[in-house]
Order: sequence, then C-alpha cells, then structure tokens
Amino acid sequence: MDISAQKHAPIYEALERFRKMRIVPFDVPGHKHGRGNPELVELLGSKCVGIDVNSMKPLDNLCHPVSVIKQAEELAAEAFGAAHAFLMVGGTTSAVQSMVLSCCKKGDKIIMPRNVHRSVINALVLCGAKPVYVNPDVDQHLGISLGMKLSQVEEAIRENPDAVAVLVNNPTYYGICSDLRSIVKIAHEYGMKVLADEAHGTHFYFGEGLPVSAMAAGADMASVSMHKSGGSLTQSSLLLTGPNVNAGYVRQIINLTQTTSGSYLLLSSLDISRRNLALRGKEAFAKVAELARYAREEINQISGYYAFAGEKINGNSIFDFDTTKLSVHTLDIGLAGIEVYDILRDEYDIQIEFGDLGNILAYLSIGDRKQEVERLVSALADIKRRYQKDKTGMLTQEYIAPDVVLTPQESFYAEKESLPIRETKGRICSEFVMCYPPGIPILAPGEAITDKIIDYILYAKEKGCSMTGPEDEKIERLNVLKER
Amino acid sequence: MEMWFSDEHTDNVKLSLRIKRQLFSAESEFQRIDVLESEDFGKVLVVDGDLMLTEKDEFIYHEMITHVPMAVHPDVKNVLVIGGGDGGVVRELIKYDSLEKIDVVEVDPLLVEVCRKYIPEIACSLNDSRVEIYNEDGLRFIRSRTSEYDLIIIDSPNPFGPGEGLFTKEFYGNCYNALRDDGIMINQNESPFYEEEAFQCQRMHKRIVETFPICKVYQAHIPAYPSGHWLFGFASKKYHPLNDLNGVGWKLRGISTRYYEPRLHYGVFALPVYVEELLRDVE
Repeated sequence: MDISAQKHAPIYEALERFRKMRIVPFDVPGHKHGRGNPELVELLGSKCVGIDVNSMKPLDNLCHPVSVIKQAEELAAEAFGAAHAFLMVGGTTSAVQSMVLSCCKKGDKIIMPRNVHRSVINALVLCGAKPVYVNPDVDQHLGISLGMKLSQVEEAIRENPDAVAVLVNNPTYYGICSDLRSIVKIAHEYGMKVLADEAHGTHFYFGEGLPVSAMAAGADMASVSMHKSGGSLTQSSLLLTGPNVNAGYVRQIINLTQTTSGSYLLLSSLDISRRNLALRGKEAFAKVAELARYAREEINQISGYYAFAGEKINGNSIFDFDTTKLSVHTLDIGLAGIEVYDILRDEYDIQIEFGDLGNILAYLSIGDRKQEVERLVSALADIKRRYQKDKTGMLTQEYIAPDVVLTPQESFYAEKESLPIRETKGRICSEFVMCYPPGIPILAPGEAITDKIIDYILYAKEKGCSMTGPEDEKIERLNVLKER
Repeated sequence: MEMWFSDEHTDNVKLSLRIKRQLFSAESEFQRIDVLESEDFGKVLVVDGDLMLTEKDEFIYHEMITHVPMAVHPDVKNVLVIGGGDGGVVRELIKYDSLEKIDVVEVDPLLVEVCRKYIPEIACSLNDSRVEIYNEDGLRFIRSRTSEYDLIIIDSPNPFGPGEGLFTKEFYGNCYNALRDDGIMINQNESPFYEEEAFQCQRMHKRIVETFPICKVYQAHIPAYPSGHWLFGFASKKYHPLNDLNGVGWKLRGISTRYYEPRLHYGVFALPVYVEELLRDVE
C-alpha cells in the first residue's frame, strides 16, 4: 500500500475546493447550502449542509465516476487489497444485493448458510435465484449459529455443481468465521464465485491478529460495512471485487437500483474513513481488541455471565474468531439476552447492539473509551445483583433448519392469504420473519411453517425481541401461499 | 495587569473572579488542572475550566458532605471517598478518632499531587495513616467490593466530564452492594436552580431512589457554586437522617466546625417548595 497516496482523500479535497469557490447554486438540492432551511442548519450545522450538494463536474458522478470519485475508489481498492472498490450509498444492503445480482440470474443456484442477513434473501426475491442452504453448526450452550463446516460446503458444492456462487458470512454478527480460504479454493475448482458478506468485517483489512479478510482469502466480491467498524456515516458502505470480476458489469448492476443523487456527506465520509483506516487502522483496532479483551475479563469475573472469545475456536465451524467482538451469554443468570438488552437501555441508559434469547452483543469500535466499558461492566454486575433468577424454563436460541419448498421469488409474488399465526402450520410462508437486529430470518419466503417455528416466534415476541418482516406489524398474522 | 477567571454557570450566566496570579496549569491524562489565586476567594482549583473549590468557601461543602452522615451513623469505621483527590472530605473525616480506614479513589494522580503542593492547607489531610489513595476508576473500584464500608461519600465534580460514570445507576447499585447492612451513601447532588443542573439533580435522585430504601436530600449555601444553592443526597439502608440523628453524641465528640451544627442538621432537610416538587416528580 502506497502510504503517501493514502494520505489523500480526493472527494473530501474536492469538496474543500468547492467550498472555497463560493459557487452560486442554481441546481439542486433546493435548500441552497442551508439558506432555505434554517432549522436544518441549526440541527446539522452549516458546514454539513454546505457540502450537501449535487453531482457536478468538479465533484464527479457516482453513477459513472471519472475523476475524484474514481480516484477515491482506486485508493479504497488499494487500501483493501481489491482489484476494484465501489463506494455505496444505500447501505451494505445495496452492496450485498449488487453482489448477488452480479452473479446470479433467474433459476441459478447459490450456496449460502441459512444465517444470512435478510438482504441476501431479498436479493433472491429480486433476481429469482435459488438458495441452496448449508445449515450452520450450532453452539448448544450459547445457542448461536456458527460458521459453515468445510465438509458441508464441499458436500453442497458436489451435490450442486451447477451452482454459480457460494456466499459466506465473514464473520457472523457474533464474530465467527468459516474457513474462507479453503472454501474459496474448492468453489473456484468448481468454477463458482465466492461472495463475502463482510458487514461486520471492515477491520479485518487493517487490524492485526484478526481473521483473514475476503480479498486476502481470494474471494471474488465482498460487501464491507464501512459505517460499522470503519467509522463512516450510517448507510455508507463499500463493495469490493477481485481480479476475476468484470467491474464495468458490476457498475451497471449497481446502477439498476442505486440513487442517481448519491449523498456527498456519505461519499466524503467513506473517503475520510478509508484514509483514517489506511493510516491509523492498525493501532486503532489493536486498541479496540484490547478494550474488548479487558471487558471480557472483567465481565467473566462477575461470574454468571460468559463473555466468549478465541477459546471457542474449533478449526471448523468456528475457524476463527473476531476478538474485537464483545458477546456475552446471559442465560445462566436467568435472563434472556433481550431482557438484559432492555434493562440496560431502560434503567442504565446504555444502548447495546442487540440481545437474542441467550446472549447480548455490545459493539465496540474505534470510538470507544475505557470509561464507557466500565459503565457497561458495572451495569451488568448490578443487573446480576438485582435480577438474577433461576434459569429453568428459559429457551436458548435455536437454529431451525428450513424446509425450502419454493424459491424466495416464486413465493414472494405468489397468490397469498393472511392467517393467524397459530393456524399457519404446514403452509408455505410468503414473507420474512426475523428479530431485528440481528436481522437473520427465522422464516424466509418459500419455507414451510412448522409448530417449532411458530413456538419460537411467539416466545421471541414474548421476551421482547423486536420482530420485523411480516406485513402485519403486530406479527399476529402471517402471509402464506394460497393452497391450490 | 487585569486578569479574570470566569466560571460558566450556564451558557448565559457566569461568575467572574479577579485573579492575582496563576499558580499552576497542566493537562493530565484525564483533564486540564489549574490552580489560581483570586482576590476574594483565595486559592481556586479549576478542572477543565470549571471551578471545583475555593479556599474561602470549601469548608461549607466539605463539612456538609461529611458531618451530616457522621452524626447519624452510630459507629462508622470504614469510609470510602470517591473522587475527593483535593483532600477536603478527608480533612473533615480525620477529625474522628474512631475511624479505622479511609479509602480514597481518585482516578487522576496529578490532581492529588497538585493539591498536595498548591493547596496543602486542605490536602495535607491525605497524609493521615488511615488514608489509602487508589488511583483507579471509581466505577471499577467499587464493582468488586461487597459489604465493606459503613459510609461512602461521592465527591465527584460533575456529570459531564471523566466522572460521568459516577452519576449512573450502575454506580449507585454497586455502592449499595459495597455498603454494610446499615451503611450510608452521601453524594453531591448538584444545584436545583438552573435548568440543566436541575435535570441532572432529578436524574440522580431518581436513580438513588430506585436503589436505596431511605433517600433524603439536604441543602447548603455555597457562594462560588452555580446559583449558590447546593444539594446533597443522603441514601441509606437503615438510618433515617433526622430520626436517627444523635446530636448530643456528636457534640460530645468535640469536633470543631464552622458551618455544620446539629441544630442546623434539622434545618437543612427542610427544602424549598420548588425543590421538593422537583424531587417528588421522580420519587
């Protein structure tokens, strides 16, 4: 990596030049550097609204970059070790969608773990590809889905030699990685592309002692949530491609659904964050990992909680672990993760990333300091003192292997009817049901509904998980396919 | 040469002191520390631009945060002071021969060093043999203690700086856990007058009420602090601040004070109506 080149931030620098020119705007946006909307300026500040501008020659155009955006993409590609990088303004969801749409057409098969983010299955609804699910391994004690075993991926590839791609979470929300290098090797032998959902893996490209990044492992495409561990603004993201991907075609795919008014706030935040990571990422993530290690040690001293880490590595479904992640198993104090999540927010003014049935995940990043970690640990100690109870009757998170009857697209667009959730047993669901976060579907369109799934949804609802997906916002009814 | 120090009480109100000279200024790992010498308030300790104490009126704060619980609890042996690196609270505490152990948790060692050097009149108390100073985060220190103290005094500056963690529910909860079954916790509870502090004042009271069975608030007049009207929180597992006051017993100890007095003790728990309402709203 050419460090002196990485000191530049072309979009940011172009915006600075633009600001000094004091251009008179007779173009959109209509707030005209904020003058037309003083209340917005009051909220965001004049600097911020001043660079909320439209594409123009000196600032390039996201749909067809030729100057500063192109340079920023080239710098990002170099920093991430990719052949090409695309700046994305529709969240990592749009990056994931573009990856899938770039590789799959209607009827194509794509191999993936079932614990993918909803955006992956959404992309299948759009393009009509068929998912071939690999059931992830499950840690029975923690109740979380792990990575894919290499043997399972291999089996799926052998059984479906006509599949076009394999999608891998690198890592999962909980920081767990599959053996990406070996998966790439096998997939490439069969002529399949490897797509990585790296929504939680930005820091793998810069930190030391972290799991391998998708580009380093030889994957073909990766969606990287710069706005998560990378520090850029919410909704900004990167799509990376390897040497064997036609970047021009990917650009066309992106332009199918991407806005033509890409926000310069988002673009410049990507540019500045890439620069920061390239120049200072190694030290910054070493600090985050140390903070997470400290937090785990303190939390494990409270007893009753279990903050897990590298000791879980098994060389297979937990091939590697992201040590910057702070996940804590809470069931042994008799509280569901989601209950601890709610108590932390309602009573201690601490907002964590999510809680599931057995665990909580606190997101640590380059913005964290020790004093906030002290608060989190102390709050957990106090919650244990006040709320600890017997854990009998508590359910752990379960992985329920899906029974895929139809493709997501067929079932999403099929004729359907709405039924009370209890009456949906045996029917085919036409919509998603998931707890959000983490946004991993319990049911996806095209899957058969079983008693076990219904019980699980109702239990998660009762424990206070925030459920999303179905048309019925109270999640009392589900849309199912009409029986012919 | 004219030199003034202004302490911002709100965005639109400030108290300005004419300064004779600046005695010290440095940036520690945690905060900026200044010691000034003023015309009318004597030496002034300033942290991150906020006035912490003045030589002239610090006795009011330190006496009121210390002697009120000491006159109620019949047998205090172990005391924990959180914050308080200036030594003011400890200076009041060491007047009691019956105390066996005084732990002071002050996160910033530079603060202690500066006070020892520039405000020795107050900080020399830290040399008492019963005192042990821990340069640790208060929140972390308290987490691992159970039923250890008879009295915890929270002498932390304000809820917006590095001491933010000392105004939280998790902190009060862990203090509860660190106190013996008849322990008392005293906290400086900010001023009820200006809007922002009044809000903090309510928040603190709410969190303490949720944690301790007995929670009362008392007041003092501290001229250099915002509005001059200051509150303290008395939180306790067993003793009531008025019903269990042993004024005669306290008098017999022969402790010399300039502000605190058992007769005053009864008065300070009688709060102005608007303050009562402010607190009642969150009880």
